[in-house]
Amino acid sequence: MFSRRLLLKSSALAMFAEGAAPGWLARAAGLSDGQPSRRRKVLVAIFQRGAVDGLNMVVPYGEADYYALRPGIAIPRPAGDGESAIDLDGFFGLHPSLAPLKPIFADRRLAIVHAAGSPDPTRSHFDAQDYMESGTPGRKSTADGWLNRALPDSKASPVQAVNIGANLARSLRGPHNAIAMSSLADFQVRDVRSASSFEAMYGADPLMAAPARETFEALRVIEAVRRSPYAPANQAVYPSSRFGQSMEQIARLIKADCGLEVAFTELGGWDTHVNEVGAKPSAGQLANLLADFGQALAAFHSDMGDRMSDVAVVTMSEFGRTARENGNRGTDHGHGNAMFVMGGQVRGGKVYGEWPGLTPAKLYEGRDLAVTTDFRDVLGELTVRHLGASSPDRVFPDHRQRFCNLIA
Amino acid sequence: MRNLIVLTVLGSLAAAPTSPDAHRFERKLPAVRMEEHALSRLTFGARPGDLQAIHKLGVKKWVDLQLDPQRIPENPALEAKLKPLETLWMTPADAVLRYPRRPAAKADGGGETDIAPSTLLTPEQLRTLRRGAPDDKRRLIASLPPDTLGRLIEALPRGGRQQLLTLVSESDRRKILLLNAPRSIPNHDLAQGKILRAVYSERQLAEVLADFWFNHFNVNLDKGADRYLVAAYERDAIRPGVLGRFRDLLGAAARNPAMLFYLDNWQSVAPSQARGNRRRGLNENYARELLELHTLGVDGGYTQKDIVEVARCFTGWTIRTPRLGGGFEFNERIHDKGEKVVLGVTIPAGGGMEDGERVLDILARHPATARFISRKLAIRFVADDPPQKLVDRMAKTFTSTGGNLRAVMRTMLQSKEFWSEGAWRAKLKTPFEMAVSAVRASGAQVDYAFPLANQIAQLGQPLYRKMEPTGYSAASVDWLNSASLVGRMNLAAALAHNRIPGVSAADIDLYASASRETRASVDRAAEGNRPDRATLNGLVLGSPEFQRR
Repeated sequence: MFSRRLLLKSSALAMFAEGAAPGWLARAAGLSDGQPSRRRKVLVAIFQRGAVDGLNMVVPYGEADYYALRPGIAIPRPAGDGESAIDLDGFFGLHPSLAPLKPIFADRRLAIVHAAGSPDPTRSHFDAQDYMESGTPGRKSTADGWLNRALPDSKASPVQAVNIGANLARSLRGPHNAIAMSSLADFQVRDVRSASSFEAMYGADPLMAAPARETFEALRVIEAVRRSPYAPANQAVYPSSRFGQSMEQIARLIKADCGLEVAFTELGGWDTHVNEVGAKPSAGQLANLLADFGQALAAFHSDMGDRMSDVAVVTMSEFGRTARENGNRGTDHGHGNAMFVMGGQVRGGKVYGEWPGLTPAKLYEGRDLAVTTDFRDVLGELTVRHLGASSPDRVFPDHRQRFCNLIA
Repeated sequence: MRNLIVLTVLGSLAAAPTSPDAHRFERKLPAVRMEEHALSRLTFGARPGDLQAIHKLGVKKWVDLQLDPQRIPENPALEAKLKPLETLWMTPADAVLRYPRRPAAKADGGGETDIAPSTLLTPEQLRTLRRGAPDDKRRLIASLPPDTLGRLIEALPRGGRQQLLTLVSESDRRKILLLNAPRSIPNHDLAQGKILRAVYSERQLAEVLADFWFNHFNVNLDKGADRYLVAAYERDAIRPGVLGRFRDLLGAAARNPAMLFYLDNWQSVAPSQARGNRRRGLNENYARELLELHTLGVDGGYTQKDIVEVARCFTGWTIRTPRLGGGFEFNERIHDKGEKVVLGVTIPAGGGMEDGERVLDILARHPATARFISRKLAIRFVADDPPQKLVDRMAKTFTSTGGNLRAVMRTMLQSKEFWSEGAWRAKLKTPFEMAVSAVRASGAQVDYAFPLANQIAQLGQPLYRKMEPTGYSAASVDWLNSASLVGRMNLAAALAHNRIPGVSAADIDLYASASRETRASVDRAAEGNRPDRATLNGLVLGSPEFQRR
């Protein structure tokens, strides 16, 4: 019902004017059966493709073995000089390039789960990404992705699920409609004169009328969002990088109240086999990537303001990297890693997960950080306690959910 | 009059694919539609003139000929276009050597020689090259002596070279890619080759089947060594077998390094041999997909125990130096020599490579395989939910002929179900099928197919890059998402307005030659306006009817 109203309202909007607020549009359209509209919960999933080095991202500076294993590339213990870890809890610290995330952690809106990952032993990017996105480690033939299965069945909005990126990620593939777009500008029928003709043609086609109606509704919603000028709130400045821009587009969609429930985006380049760390900790490949990552997340957080109470952001990467540095000032494919969870309802300010330690006997297969929290426990908890699913079983079949109690 | 047409169109469409009409596969297609149906199902779409040609020959004869592709002379234009795509003809080992992962020279900065571009071009020419309109650039490139162009390519920086890709000949393109990104060449050749064959080959059914069987035995070139292995896999394992015996196709795929690498069997080691090396052991990936996706199907009646036993049989099927493009090798030392029981059949202890061959024999002869393969073919060629009776007859042929795929195809192509109302336009084209059929319908020339491959990737079907072993779905519903529909409309308009680099559409009036249904649909949608020819062509190519086959 919602979408039909939305169609009418957004047609009206299109007739009205450029400046009309899509927030008004969607809120008005959301008044179903006289009930006031309910703001939706939104889950934003971010994939760090290439396997980020979790041990340098969230540094176990309280662990002597960390320094023994990484004589050349360890991040020094906190010294407040911008070239050392930023203390979180007396044991863990953030990479110095993640300084923008520290206030959010201190504000208890950012939680970290360390030693998280997949039970599957693979060190292939290809397989590990596949397993993490399908949500079924060890099982390759799963057709759909966890984030698609996490969507509620009720078809609420034509832009319920959005992937900012050229192709629909594996995580979002599946029976629920999900849209992929490189940017808001990208999602439109470019030949404007043909758009209404296409809509009329598809509307009369028995097989395609329903998906086409959803498509044209989504096009109208996105157009309305695109047309209303946007300035980030609270002086938030997104990095000009692709990831920064993607996060800004997600913020725009959330604030437009157009019915977004899940969003996915990604950033690559984390496969740091060589020269992971530069001449100083704040320089080099990992530092540059983390600076972009941290600035974009922090900008999103401040841009969202109060709306963060409806939003949870979760980050993941296919596996961690070797505990020991290699001979090229880098690290190789490993196992356990760290995940960030940020949001208004997140019980932040804490590093979650059982810390397995880095003594040789505790390392997974003698080389990697062990996994003590299954990544599905983190994502399953967000599915249930944030998105409101009654159980995580449909999203993560054959997995016994353990709650970390990350969400209030 | 127009209203009348609209009404009949709606009537006929309403009876089409999604309706639950159980008898639709019983009702014979009118004779006038059979030719169009044959072209839409057994080719990558009709070109101008194809309908007349099939009419002249007769549908039955045409189908027989397509089932016997060696009798069809191949299009010389296709052969000329494929020839420069060298990696399609090389061994993987040669491809690794010639197109290494990293450029040999200091390509990052460009400027391989000491010559500055300004010594080769006039200032005005340089301005055109940097900021000119595409057509001006094209004219400039065409006016240069070949040897100047060659030196210019070497002298230009990386980005300057890259933008020449769509403007130069295939041999100059290779020069550019060799300097900029040699490792992209295998992918470049594969994607181009696939599109060029689909567009230009006269052996259309064989091409459709090559697409089907590659997808059935899917591998992904993004997985490590597979970048250099996939071309030989398609050429040596898949293409020769698409109308042969299923057992041969299965065996060729099983032994091919591309498959051994993709599904990790090359690393699978007998558990007894893995001691002391904790990173190696039995790997079940290939065994599982072999049963689930290649032969029996997920409901084929096997157990997890069967998967383990099959995996044990295939230990030792490995690759010599995969990163160097080495070939298949059976390694006795890592083979599990114990007794195995696969689907109730005992494979005695002490065997070697033949254990795997025994498994393939058992699977190829299994009735579940006959049903699974028949059903999958019927889904591709007849309907998303093909009639069980047809599948049963195809499976019977499969079993009685020892898995002769030509005979199975013939059973299907002689069935009343194939030529029924239920099959008529019942399938949605995949993005690849849509793009290629649009090119064919427009009589367009493809000089450089990679930009079109990128468009197809944008629609969700990157060629040779399906990550999952399932391959791409043949079910219509999987291609009906918002991003893809918008993309189809945009691709249709871009093709019609000649905005896809490397593809040049003929000056053709698709509206005039479109079906009555499509014309009516366009008329209705245009609401009395008369768009220009390119826009009309775009509407035809983007119409719902054109998305079907």
